[in-house]
Amino acid sequence: MAGNASHFKIRWGMAIDLDKCTGCGACVVSCQVENNNAPSMDGDDKLRTVNWLKVYRLENGKTFPDADVAYLPRPCMQCGNPSCVPVCPVVATDKNEEGGIVSQVYPRCIGCRYCMAACPYHSRVFNWFDPVWPKGMEKTLTPFTSTRPRGVVEKCHFCHHRWNMAKEKARKDGLDPMSLPEDAYIPACAEVCPTGALVFGDLNNHDHQVYKLAHSPYARRLLERLGGDPQVYYVSRREWVWKQLDNYLPGEDPAHGTKAKGGAHG
Amino acid sequence: MARPIDYELFPERLERGSFFTFLMWLGFWGVLFLAGIYAAYVVFAEGLGVTGLNNYFAFGLYITFDLAVIALGAGAFFSGLLKYILKMDDLKNVINLTVIGGFFCYSGAMLILTMELGQPLRSWFGFWHPNVHSMLTEVIFCISCYLGVLIIEFVPNVLEQKQLNRNKFVHAFAHNMHIFMPLFAGLGAFLSTFHQGSLGGMYGVMFARPFAFREGFFIWPWTFFLFVLSAAASGPCFSMLIVKCVELCSGRKMTTWSIKTLMGRISGTMLAVYLFFKIIDTYHWAVNTLPGMGLTFDQVFWGVIYGKWLLWLEIVILGVIPCIILLTKSLRETPFLFWAAAIMNCLGISLNRYSVTVQGLAAPVMPFDTWEIYVPRWTEVLPSIMVIAYGVLIVSLAYRYLPVFPQEKELNAKAEA
Repeated sequence: MAGNASHFKIRWGMAIDLDKCTGCGACVVSCQVENNNAPSMDGDDKLRTVNWLKVYRLENGKTFPDADVAYLPRPCMQCGNPSCVPVCPVVATDKNEEGGIVSQVYPRCIGCRYCMAACPYHSRVFNWFDPVWPKGMEKTLTPFTSTRPRGVVEKCHFCHHRWNMAKEKARKDGLDPMSLPEDAYIPACAEVCPTGALVFGDLNNHDHQVYKLAHSPYARRLLERLGGDPQVYYVSRREWVWKQLDNYLPGEDPAHGTKAKGGAHG
Repeated sequence: MARPIDYELFPERLERGSFFTFLMWLGFWGVLFLAGIYAAYVVFAEGLGVTGLNNYFAFGLYITFDLAVIALGAGAFFSGLLKYILKMDDLKNVINLTVIGGFFCYSGAMLILTMELGQPLRSWFGFWHPNVHSMLTEVIFCISCYLGVLIIEFVPNVLEQKQLNRNKFVHAFAHNMHIFMPLFAGLGAFLSTFHQGSLGGMYGVMFARPFAFREGFFIWPWTFFLFVLSAAASGPCFSMLIVKCVELCSGRKMTTWSIKTLMGRISGTMLAVYLFFKIIDTYHWAVNTLPGMGLTFDQVFWGVIYGKWLLWLEIVILGVIPCIILLTKSLRETPFLFWAAAIMNCLGISLNRYSVTVQGLAAPVMPFDTWEIYVPRWTEVLPSIMVIAYGVLIVSLAYRYLPVFPQEKELNAKAEA
């Protein structure tokens, strides 16, 4: 089990431009369809929805004409120092594969939900009931990902199957599968985003756009000071948006937040 | 007066109530137990969706109740440690009862745990694919092993049942098991210390959950040690409350007042040690840990349901006050105050388990996230009642048919004469 992502040659990550995101929800829908997420028994109960990617609405708290909003898509952060991985009692989730994606092994998961309790992003969801597709809707199932039974936890894995397919294609084309060109592998959400707000790539590859965006002075990470080392970056030129990406004490500057001493146990 | 039909099964030379009344008593608690079994059936058949749990509250009443009964059941390991290892011989008068209390608390917790898992048939994965970094792995190992130890500790008491004990082999076997009890008491103390600690450690290691996270010593967060101390503080009191309930229901004396107050004094001492560190821990968390995460003390409390009053209630009303009562001779010797302190002590530790579980998850971490309210459903409440009913049934059967209290005959001789 890896506790630190620094030794990976490839580190898949995402940069999300919050100034470009319109909150259309196409990323949510494409994720849902691509990964065979089960329809909700009760669509009103948003705390039970099986969504790997959720869009939050951020507001600056001001009234017209100064009111402003931003939409924040939240996939799994694929943390470099994940809070969910060391707590799992049966190694059903791990961060040990090249690429630095936090895995979830459904046939191994016992459904204790300790990983859900440990994750501050609510990136992990539980199958509260048996997955049921209404008659006819089963035709929408894709062959890329297995469906999950009741009683296990699931989460975003950056459409890991797409990486496998991209590597297979590279081998067939005589290319190095561990050195894929940009956009040879992108998750469904990034592919479908109409405004290009979601940019995906290798955070270790200086030629990838995501590397440049992650090093932009406008890039921040969600709850960075907790010490999780997320592999998802949020880009915005609005200071009030930065302030909502982490917790700050009165008088603290979002540009100079200190890192807490998290993640030392276990 | 005619002897009850099951008279021959009673412990040697002891009186018990009518068989009919006993059956009615068992029937009442049996119905509550079966109601919990029905709830368990619904959960197993339909899935955890029928509970009040959701993606926000991954843990709820099941875990809170488990943590509480495991802490309260600590009377078994702590009394065993004091009697067999530290040679406090007076505790022989309640040691059987503490073992029975521990047994029903732990086996009851295991019943609830199977419901809490989304995939209960995979619960053995904890042994087959253990993650040595997870506090929960340690909990799974130690609780299972400790339940085994409790069964071994309980068996001699069962074998001493009057009719069973007439068999020479059973008599010799039970006698010889007693000889090895210090070994099992030591083993139980070791296992119990670690799983009580790991239950607390489970929360303390969640470094991305500011309400629960604690710094610590080496790999153990401070909650590890606090859970051990608080369990040792509440366990003896809970054992004495069971004794009191048996006395109230039977109308007979089970042990002397001095033994009860001795257990109270032990609880009070452990409670004082626990509160000393708990107050330091809470202060450090409020002024250092939380600000290090960008949060203030005020921000991790909300409204009435998750207000600061819960913390003050836990530490001051249900902590400091019972501690003072149990450690002050004049107050401790007043029965009303003594029993009130015992109840408050147990409630305080249970409230601690609730806060760390439910409030720890209710407190939002992302600045734009919201507080949510957890309301348990009947499918969670009934199994909790089931464990209480299960405990009453175990203690009732043990009291009627097993020689649980060595002092009972002597203490009630005058009244019977």
